[in-house]
Amino acid sequence: MYYKSPGYRAFSIFNHLFMIILSLLCILPLMHVLAVSFSGKSAATANIVNLWPVDFTLESYEKTIDNPAFIRALLYSVYRTLLGTAIGMGVIIFAGYALSKRNAAFKSRNVYMWFFVFTMLFSGGLVPGYILITNLNLINTIWALVLPSALSVYNMILLMNFFRTIPAELEEAALIDGAGLFRILFSIHLPVSMPALATITLFTLVGHWNSWFDGLIYMMDTKKYPLATFLQTVVVQQDFSKMSINPQDMENLSQRTVKAAQIFIGALPILLVYPFLQKYFVKGIVLGAVKE
Amino acid sequence: MKSGILAPAARPVAVKAESKWRKGLKKTWPLHLLILPATVIAVLFHYLPIIGLVMAFQDYKPWLGFFKSEWVGLQHFEALFLFDESVQVIWNTLIISVLKIVCGLFVPIVISLLLNEVRKNGIKRGIQTLVYLPHFLSWVILGGILIDLLSVKGGIVNRMLTDWFGIQPIFFLGDGDWFRFVVVVSDIWKEFGFAMIIYLAAIAGVNPALYEAAEVDGATRLQQTINVTLPAMMPIIVVVATLQLGNVLNAGFDQIFNLYNPLVYAKGDVIDTFVYRSAMLNGDFSFATAVGLFKSVISFVLIIVSYRLAYRFGNYRIF
Repeated sequence: MYYKSPGYRAFSIFNHLFMIILSLLCILPLMHVLAVSFSGKSAATANIVNLWPVDFTLESYEKTIDNPAFIRALLYSVYRTLLGTAIGMGVIIFAGYALSKRNAAFKSRNVYMWFFVFTMLFSGGLVPGYILITNLNLINTIWALVLPSALSVYNMILLMNFFRTIPAELEEAALIDGAGLFRILFSIHLPVSMPALATITLFTLVGHWNSWFDGLIYMMDTKKYPLATFLQTVVVQQDFSKMSINPQDMENLSQRTVKAAQIFIGALPILLVYPFLQKYFVKGIVLGAVKE
Repeated sequence: MKSGILAPAARPVAVKAESKWRKGLKKTWPLHLLILPATVIAVLFHYLPIIGLVMAFQDYKPWLGFFKSEWVGLQHFEALFLFDESVQVIWNTLIISVLKIVCGLFVPIVISLLLNEVRKNGIKRGIQTLVYLPHFLSWVILGGILIDLLSVKGGIVNRMLTDWFGIQPIFFLGDGDWFRFVVVVSDIWKEFGFAMIIYLAAIAGVNPALYEAAEVDGATRLQQTINVTLPAMMPIIVVVATLQLGNVLNAGFDQIFNLYNPLVYAKGDVIDTFVYRSAMLNGDFSFATAVGLFKSVISFVLIIVSYRLAYRFGNYRIF
């Protein structure tokens, strides 16, 4: 037995150590930021904080909550995330369902597939997209953040492949019982596909929450920055030129502990959904990779 | 666009030629209706911008629009190869993305093999939970964290280097070569866990009887790994490797945009960030579009080639 040999045992000890250190490396940066956010201002400036708060205080979080620009961005992010996910899921559920029909039953299926797949292979790029949003008068509206990303072809194909694994007998039985197309979708496909739907919904939520670039280019009005864009311009790049912020808030924003607190709050929703996400996404990924 | 198909009764002309088609439509129109929202979004936000690419051949002025702007032919594409700056940007993109692709391929494979040797399921699951996490955090968050960690003035990394090894503080994000290093390493750090999922699935699918047979033949664990586990992973490795070909011009916009600064433009500026600055900061819309189109066309060809290869060697299909 290989695992009884002294050589393998020595390797195993080192391997365990190495893997544990490696995995800790993945969260230590986040721990450090958390520690800084709970530390006193002077301790953070003196660079003595490592992984545990020094002079524990909630001051930075209080200052963050007192900043109306931050709260506004946070709420706008919640709004865009919920609206964007609802629309995006609706679009891909309907399209994925229709495209899950067999080629024989749905002759135009292949044409549609190529039509959608092409959008993944080639795109107009930054400038034409920006000019389009300008010409559609979507600048400064929530639709600029929600509509262009509403069709995720990748997720649509993932869902379609999942629908295709549902045994045809289920659908036939429902047809005989007199169920229509929509009834079959809502009574069979959706309940059966809960794990896949959960995975894709969580991915979409995370995608919207993390999305910052569209806010940066499509929102001229900085009051409509979603949180990710607010963090990008104001907290990370420290670019106050476009923002009208009172001097007190500005001073707070450049304070290291406050920055850390805001970065952590930006990451918090992801950390909260992560346990649910992890439950499903491994299956989802493998499903997407292995096709019939 | 779909209205003609959706309401065939409204068009009594050419009934005979369309009759077979219409018969099919009578059955399938609800399906077309279900796809309609997706079609509208694809046309509006994916196909219309492609038409907008004509501005790469114009001297586009926003107040003149597509129809009145002057046509300039391939002038912007010539400029792309004449400017030292844009040629440098193409090189930077290639260097950074190739480093990312090569390291990003090997690291997850090696670590999946090592993780496979961790036998305790609890520890294994704990490690997986931690290494998948960074994938879900955005580069805004991670950029903010990295800038703080790597700061020359008391960032924790430089503090450790000084305290433990007596090394002078390194200007990680202000020196071009170090910047490239940080970009590649931090990208691997963020993504290796997530990339492992697919390899771990392949390893889990290996028939245990193969290991037993190898054991009987006296194979060591290393020999088992090389002769049983790796061959089982090979098909998926081939697919992942070939599909990466399409990313050769993607050096990672989000990451570089959040980490770079004018000090490292010479070695860290890539096509996507260059396009952004040309368009949004300099207002050079047509030139930026031309650079973007150059990238899109090459990427498109590479993606098609990579899909063909993946299909040929790994039996991979997109749908």
